[in-house]
Order: sequence, then C-alpha cells, then structure tokens
Amino acid sequence: MSDTVIETHGLTRYFGRRCVVDSLDLTVPRGCIFGFLGRNGAGKSTTIRMLLGLLPPTRGTSSVLGFGSQVLPPEARARIGYLAEGHHVYGWMTAAECGRFQSAFYPRWSAKIFSSVLDHFGLKPAAKAGDLSRGERAGLCLALTLAPQPELLILDDPALGLDPVARRSLLQSMIYLTRNADQTVFFSSHLLSDVERVADRIAVLDGATLRAECSLDTFRSRVRQYTLTFRDMPPVLPPLPGLLQVFRAGREVTVTLTGSDDPRDTERRLALLGAERIDLVPLGLEDAFVSYLSTRGEKTYFLADTELEDAK
Amino acid sequence: MALELSIAVGSSVPIYRQIMDQVGMAIVSGQLAPGDPLPSIRAVAERLVINPNTVARAYSELTREGRVLSQPGRGLTVAVRRQTLSGEERRRRLDAAAEAFAREVAFLDFGPDEIWALLSEKLSETALGAKTMEVTA
Repeated sequence: MSDTVIETHGLTRYFGRRCVVDSLDLTVPRGCIFGFLGRNGAGKSTTIRMLLGLLPPTRGTSSVLGFGSQVLPPEARARIGYLAEGHHVYGWMTAAECGRFQSAFYPRWSAKIFSSVLDHFGLKPAAKAGDLSRGERAGLCLALTLAPQPELLILDDPALGLDPVARRSLLQSMIYLTRNADQTVFFSSHLLSDVERVADRIAVLDGATLRAECSLDTFRSRVRQYTLTFRDMPPVLPPLPGLLQVFRAGREVTVTLTGSDDPRDTERRLALLGAERIDLVPLGLEDAFVSYLSTRGEKTYFLADTELEDAK
Repeated sequence: MALELSIAVGSSVPIYRQIMDQVGMAIVSGQLAPGDPLPSIRAVAERLVINPNTVARAYSELTREGRVLSQPGRGLTVAVRRQTLSGEERRRRLDAAAEAFAREVAFLDFGPDEIWALLSEKLSETALGAKTMEVTA
C-alpha cells in the first residue's frame, strides 16, 4: 500500500478570469488526520471537488488512492467517503431507507457501523430525513459516509452548524476511524479548537495559494509573538524576515513573525532593534492562525516541516 | 488512584504539553508512584477526544526526560525519580517559574511572610516535603 493517499501537482483552477486555486502542491500521508484550513473563499471546496473528479482543473494534476482524479474508477470511489458541504439528504426517505439506498453502491457496507453512528447521534432509523435537525442530518450523513468503511474520508466543513455535542461526536468518529493506521481523514474546517484536538497535519490555503503544509506542532512553534519594550518611543522597524503583524502601543511594539525551529535565531535578530526588554507572548492556535493570515503581513511566507516526521 | 487528565483547547499551551505537565504533577505529588502504569495512549485519546499521536508525543517526551520508563510487555510506567536535566536547564526553569510566581502575586498585597508561609506549605505537599521540613525546622 502506498504511503500517500492524496497528491496534487500544480493543481490550478480558474472560474472565468479569477484564479480560485493556484498551483497547489499537496501531499497527504496515509493514516493521518489532515486539517485543510483557510478563510472562506480560499479555495478549499474547489480543491476538494477537483480531488474527487467532480470539477476538472484548469491546469495541473491530482491523484487520490493512486488514481488520477479525472479517471477515478468506481472501485476506487467505493473506497472514498465524501461528506459534501451542507449535509444534503433525500428528505422523503427515512434514515433506514437512506442507508438501504446507499448500501447498494458499496460492497464493504457495514450495517453495524451505520446503526451505531445513528445511535451515537441519537437518531431513530424510522425518522424522516426531511424532519431532522441540522445536527441530526449531519449524523445521518456521517453514518452514510462511514458505513462503507472508507479508506479515505474527505469531509468538507463537516462541523458547519453543529452544536457542541454533535461536534464532539464527529471528532470521536474521526479518531475512531483512524485507529488502524491505514485509514485517513482529510477535513476542512474553521473550528480551530476541533483542529487542535484531532489534526496531525494541516495545510493552510490563503487566497488560492498554499501558505503552510506541516504538522500542527510545527505551525504552533514557528509562529511566534514578542513584545518589545523600548526606553523611549520605538523606532520605525526595519524589514524583518517572516514578519506577519506589528502593533504599536506607546513604548511597546508587538510583533508576530514566523521563524525557524530555534527561537534564539529570531531573538538574536530582535535584540538588534535596541529594545529594553523582549518578552515572548505565548499564542494559542487561533491567534497564531489569525496572525498568519493577517492581510497586512508578508503573504509569501510558506511554512513546512524541515524534515517530514514518520507518518504513524 | 486513577489519573484524571483534562485539557483545555485554545490555550497557549499545546495539548501535549498540558498532558506532560499533569502527569509530571501527579508524579511529584505522589499521586503516581514509581512503577505505576500510565493509562494507555488510546484510552487517554478517546477519553479526552484528542489525536492519539498527541498523547504519544507527551509520553515520548516524558520518556526522553526519564520521568517515565518504557518496558517491553508492561507499557509505560512511572520511573524512579532521578535528575536528568542539566544544572543550567534546572536553574533556567526554576528562574522562569519563580518569575511567573512573583509577577502573579506581586499585586495581591500580601506580605512576604504570608507568601513565604503558603509557598512552604505547598512545597511540603510535593515530594520536596521532607526537605522543606528540614529547612523550616
């Protein structure tokens, strides 16, 4: 079995003259939970649709489970679980009927998994799909996606509109699915607390281009914030490599920047600015993410692991 | 006694670090004794709803620091405490902890005596207890 489940090379898509996904090079190793992040309109859903062959790229290639996205054979499709944005269901069917209908397409369909996921979300098989709440509908969709025992689960913003309890169930399902290291989850999300809980690796799309592809730990340790306190009014800062954000308040300047793994490199550079003291401000994932995508910062910076750790 | 771990997402402290700190705290407070097993990676991951690799990372760092032992067939157990950090590193950590403590209590308007008394009391609740007693006696 190959160690890579998704691979894209220069994947690009235009809608008219607007570039929505620009030269995307992405590698998703087998067995991981991969968070696909970016602001609204960054190109996440378009990328996912291209991966699944639902939309042809303008340029570039992508492959999923070793098959070109444009020529995915049915047997490969049966090994992929795709949860589209918005949780669409046939409203006139009951939950059980949805399951029976879906099962016909999948040789590895597990009625046991289907009913246990329904159960997990507190859903009755006789419930009409059209009468379900948003969270319940998400549960039904997840049951329909998990019961075929997919080797690769692609979830497009699965947590959208879910209450905290349903979201927790969703995360549990993701962890459960990847318990045997050969199944992979690729999901897009805006909920960084969810990403922090479950993701091994992340990719960050920003205005159609990839700005980071690394482990979550790498992202967190490389995006750092410092407060520099000066004796008098702070000078105008010279250009700093990897600078993302600057805030000035009186004698203090707060800078957010991306640096190498060794914070001492950054601190040495900051020391040259002549501040009286330099304090590291610990950042949560959300603050790091928001700073990273700040519209005023350097947009060209790309974060990657210097060396890929062994995918577990 | 079962080890109760809990984590906070959205914190500036990464989850693996929170687990390390809590296991470390359970060891110094005596809640976990040398030879006690750590809960399995899968059990912790499922209970806290976090990625198992995060738990694995916390455990491997604890193993690397010598606070936990990996024994074939027995899983991970709490190690007999011995110092593995360099003198310089120990000094650096003590300094960082003391500075954080001092900043935190400075604006509470307690006198040094009160602060000192409470600090010794807290220290005596840890494995340092015996040593603290000698100093205060």
